[in-house]
Amino acid sequence: MVDIRSGTDGALEHAEVEDVELYHPHSWWTRYVFSQDAKIIAVQYASTAIAIGMVALVLSWLMRLQLGYPGAFAFIDAERYYQFITMHGMIMVIYLLTALFLGGFGNYLIPLMLGARDMVFPYANMLSYWIYLLAVLVLAASFFAPGGPTGAGWTLYPPQAVLSGTPGGKDWGILLMLSSLILFIIGFTMGGLNYVVTVLQGRARGMTLMRMPLTIWGIFTATVMALLAFPALFVACVMMMFDRVLGTSFFMPAIVEMGEQLQHGGGSPILFQHLFWFFGHPEVYIVALPAFGIVSDLISTHARKNIFGYRMMVWAIVIIGALSFVVWAHHMYVSGMNPYFGFFFATTTLIIAVPTALKVYNWVLTLWRGDIHLTLPMLFALAFIVTFVNGGLTGLFLGNVVVDVPLSDTMFVVAHFHMVMGVAPILVIFGAIYHWYPKVTGRMLNEAMGQLHFWITFVGAYLIFFPMHYLGLIGVPRRYYEMGETAFMPASAHTLNEFITIAALIVGAAQIVFLFNLVWCIRHGRDAGGNPWRATTLEWQTPETPPRHGNWKELPVVYRWAYDYSVPGAPEDFIPQNQPGPDNLTREAAT
Amino acid sequence: MSVTLIFLAVVAAIAGWWLSQQRMMSKPWLEVGHHHDPRPQGRHPIEPAKLGLGVFLAVVGALFTLFISAYFMRMASTDWWSTPMPKLLWVNTAVLATGSLLLHAAKVSAEHHRDDASRTALIAALAAGLAFLVGQVFAWRELTDAGYLLAGNPANSFFYMITGMHGLHIVGGLVALTRTILATRARPIDERATLSITLCATYWHFMLAVWLVLFGLFSGWASDFIDLCRQILT
Amino acid sequence: MAVVVILVLLAAGSVLFHLLSPWWWTPIASNWNYIDNTLIITFWITGVVFVAVVLFMAYCVLRFRHRPGNRAAYEPENKKLESWLAAGTTLGVAAMLTPGLFVWHQFVTVPAGASEVEVVGQQWLWSYRLPGVDGKLGTSETRDISPENSLGLNRNDAAALDDIVIEGGELHLEIGKPVKVLLRSVDVLHDFYVPEFRAKMDMVPGMVTYFWMTPTRTGTFEVLCAELCGVGHPQMRGTVVVDSEADYQTWLASQQTFSQLMAAAQTKETAQAENAAPAR
Repeated sequence: MVDIRSGTDGALEHAEVEDVELYHPHSWWTRYVFSQDAKIIAVQYASTAIAIGMVALVLSWLMRLQLGYPGAFAFIDAERYYQFITMHGMIMVIYLLTALFLGGFGNYLIPLMLGARDMVFPYANMLSYWIYLLAVLVLAASFFAPGGPTGAGWTLYPPQAVLSGTPGGKDWGILLMLSSLILFIIGFTMGGLNYVVTVLQGRARGMTLMRMPLTIWGIFTATVMALLAFPALFVACVMMMFDRVLGTSFFMPAIVEMGEQLQHGGGSPILFQHLFWFFGHPEVYIVALPAFGIVSDLISTHARKNIFGYRMMVWAIVIIGALSFVVWAHHMYVSGMNPYFGFFFATTTLIIAVPTALKVYNWVLTLWRGDIHLTLPMLFALAFIVTFVNGGLTGLFLGNVVVDVPLSDTMFVVAHFHMVMGVAPILVIFGAIYHWYPKVTGRMLNEAMGQLHFWITFVGAYLIFFPMHYLGLIGVPRRYYEMGETAFMPASAHTLNEFITIAALIVGAAQIVFLFNLVWCIRHGRDAGGNPWRATTLEWQTPETPPRHGNWKELPVVYRWAYDYSVPGAPEDFIPQNQPGPDNLTREAAT
Repeated sequence: MSVTLIFLAVVAAIAGWWLSQQRMMSKPWLEVGHHHDPRPQGRHPIEPAKLGLGVFLAVVGALFTLFISAYFMRMASTDWWSTPMPKLLWVNTAVLATGSLLLHAAKVSAEHHRDDASRTALIAALAAGLAFLVGQVFAWRELTDAGYLLAGNPANSFFYMITGMHGLHIVGGLVALTRTILATRARPIDERATLSITLCATYWHFMLAVWLVLFGLFSGWASDFIDLCRQILT
Repeated sequence: MAVVVILVLLAAGSVLFHLLSPWWWTPIASNWNYIDNTLIITFWITGVVFVAVVLFMAYCVLRFRHRPGNRAAYEPENKKLESWLAAGTTLGVAAMLTPGLFVWHQFVTVPAGASEVEVVGQQWLWSYRLPGVDGKLGTSETRDISPENSLGLNRNDAAALDDIVIEGGELHLEIGKPVKVLLRSVDVLHDFYVPEFRAKMDMVPGMVTYFWMTPTRTGTFEVLCAELCGVGHPQMRGTVVVDSEADYQTWLASQQTFSQLMAAAQTKETAQAENAAPAR
């Protein structure tokens, strides 16, 4: 354990850690593979997440090919199609987004941004990654298991998830999926404890909560939520495992499957849905809050202006985090639960729109009277606002119980959640990678490749998902392998499907440019220097870039909040958080 | 899900109380200098390990409240017959409570530098933990012999699943306890070892508390209590 | 600068797409035009907000983009502005939520005169049941399902015997008559979904769910399953016909009751047994 303040009795003394307290690697293996350094673990998490994310991207191509050109590709039969959508959804939500935001960015940024040497429990942190990797491997193994992966949809609703009408239901698929999720939750809990306790105990002298960058606020709140929400998924997985393997009837009512009476009886499929969405809705914000935090910092840094309404932003993060635990059943308006719940959940859901909208206003108002540098991180941040506002607003359709009735289970829902928790957070991830890559590697990413990547991804993703809402409005249901001949769907809608497929293929291909850029610039990128964006936060003030193990020579002392950009009277347009002066600036007048 | 929501409300209240002391209403841009940090200088007010355990116990608490929520929701259906409680569970409860007391004794002894007493208490606590697990297995066997099989009835399923989950947590505690015993065997019990013992004791008290709640749940007292609350409210 | 152009194009393009594209909801065939109205209100409010935010952002980028010598303003917060924005947002949200909750109240309150129809889902086929002359649906149980009693009706319940059972056929409804659609499933989750009716609800094995509506337009409509129910999910189609009163009565008269079906099954069984006997 690292005690950051031993020996800081004197007011302005720099704190120093006793070296014996810091874990020291002794070999190449413990330095780079079984490393306990949060920065290495972060890169491991991020690489694994991106690798499995690429698998999910290819799966999305395959399913789009089927939707755009039904029947043209013989190997995509109905079973495979459902396996593709299931794995695509689960990988993207859990194994890519959650792991990348919390395991990747959390690990890298929490110690650095707070002025700590490392996480407080480095060993558990390392275990967290390896268990995550195991979870990913178990999940990937289901592609090669007899019967293939599960095709139950990412929501894994019983009874169909464990019956033979669903791919993998009576084979290995569903078992591997449940095992993988259980492993992921165990691994995440180890990491999550680290993130929370490091934020609580590891902050440098002077780093009060209200001086923390919003990135940390987002990741911190999301981690707390994840720690409390993932147990619900854990419970649901364990109970479904019992139903499937041991013949219990937690979720299984009396069932006649293909003319045959099953042994189950009395169970409640709705119970699973409650448990699943009790995790599933907070999960949306577990992905969104880190994105909110990061995008705030990107906008502030690249507009050279303090984030507008910092306090409101912090309160909004905390309020959204708390409220997100009492809205889960808005995923279940047409599930057959007690319809009177609809009143309560519609109200809470729409209330949550208010703090969320305030965050959007504050991002945009940060641009107002700023000095906007249209760097790649800033472009991605702008693109995030557009897609997030779009997806957030369509959320008002689906959250408002009665409007949800015609739209739920249609392509409108698919378009909505891809826009709001697919495209928007991914754009933030891209922006964040362009922003922090120079710190991780010491080199800038290539600008031309970045521009190409940005324009195709942003415009392409919008062209995929904006028209898709209208397919849902027509009434096209989601999770349809093929629509076939239908009276209510005009022929032109099939053309739209083709268009979406082509756009999806192009956007997917653009990610190859990004991956190439990531790899190529490790060696060939322009030298970045320590603080290429002239940012205020602590991670840019490390003595070395990339930061060495332990991050600092002497632990920093924090003198100001994270957003001292363009302070009137200051010589530069930014003052790092660990810089004591100048103190004589007239701030009161400026407020 | 009301049980879970009550649990979360308690967690939220603790978090809110803590946040209320963090000057959340201050205007950070007006404050320059390091003296705005409300934390006392020098050592941490709470050991990180203790805090970490606290957060972990919150997670474990969430896990068990969710199981309990599921129990109550499933209980509402008509095919529910409650499982009888083997008498042995009373003995197991006593054994688990003894383990808790022994760990408390180990902690107090360690704090007063009575190393040998502390070591003895630790080993006795380990024995009590193992005895509890063995007792639980015997309780399971008693039930299965009496025909209360896992898949026979949802109440049975919940009983085996939740006690199993509790048992797994006890196993985890025993692993940590064994490590502590090994670490303190040959060396004098220093501050660090005392911390480990304290953590083990806290964990054990928590698992005892969880067990008591589960005991109340399976014996039907919990649902009686809830019915009583409902009657008072209506 | 390109980003300004794209942002403006994107806002304008979205609005134009909304107004000009041929893709819009199907003509409604039930009383739930209230739902459509609430949806339109939501479209207006959210559309205005979307365009305003994107255009404002484009303007900010245009006006405050970096040029040498520029310096950003210093403006930590503006309580008044934030309060106004919060109040405005709350108002907008309330304007969507209030009508929504009123309509939801209607949606969950079945009118007293509604007749009952039961829809039963199974992998991957729709069956229907109408109350017989007694106007009551008899009890049913998944455990009682057998090849000749595919909906699991209770043979000892008099109310069940005269129920009209339609296996895999078309469902007919009478125009202008409110109907409470009771939903049941014998295996996995399904969802009875007719786009033109707007209303839909999951069918959950082990329980009976419902929604109600009044058909307002005669015609033939396609039934789809809207809850993933296995590989056959997209093939699970059916047909609902909304009839005038006379047509409906004609159709109704030609349907078989549960007891008729049982009798037919029994004669078939005996015939088979007789056929099989000499062969042995």
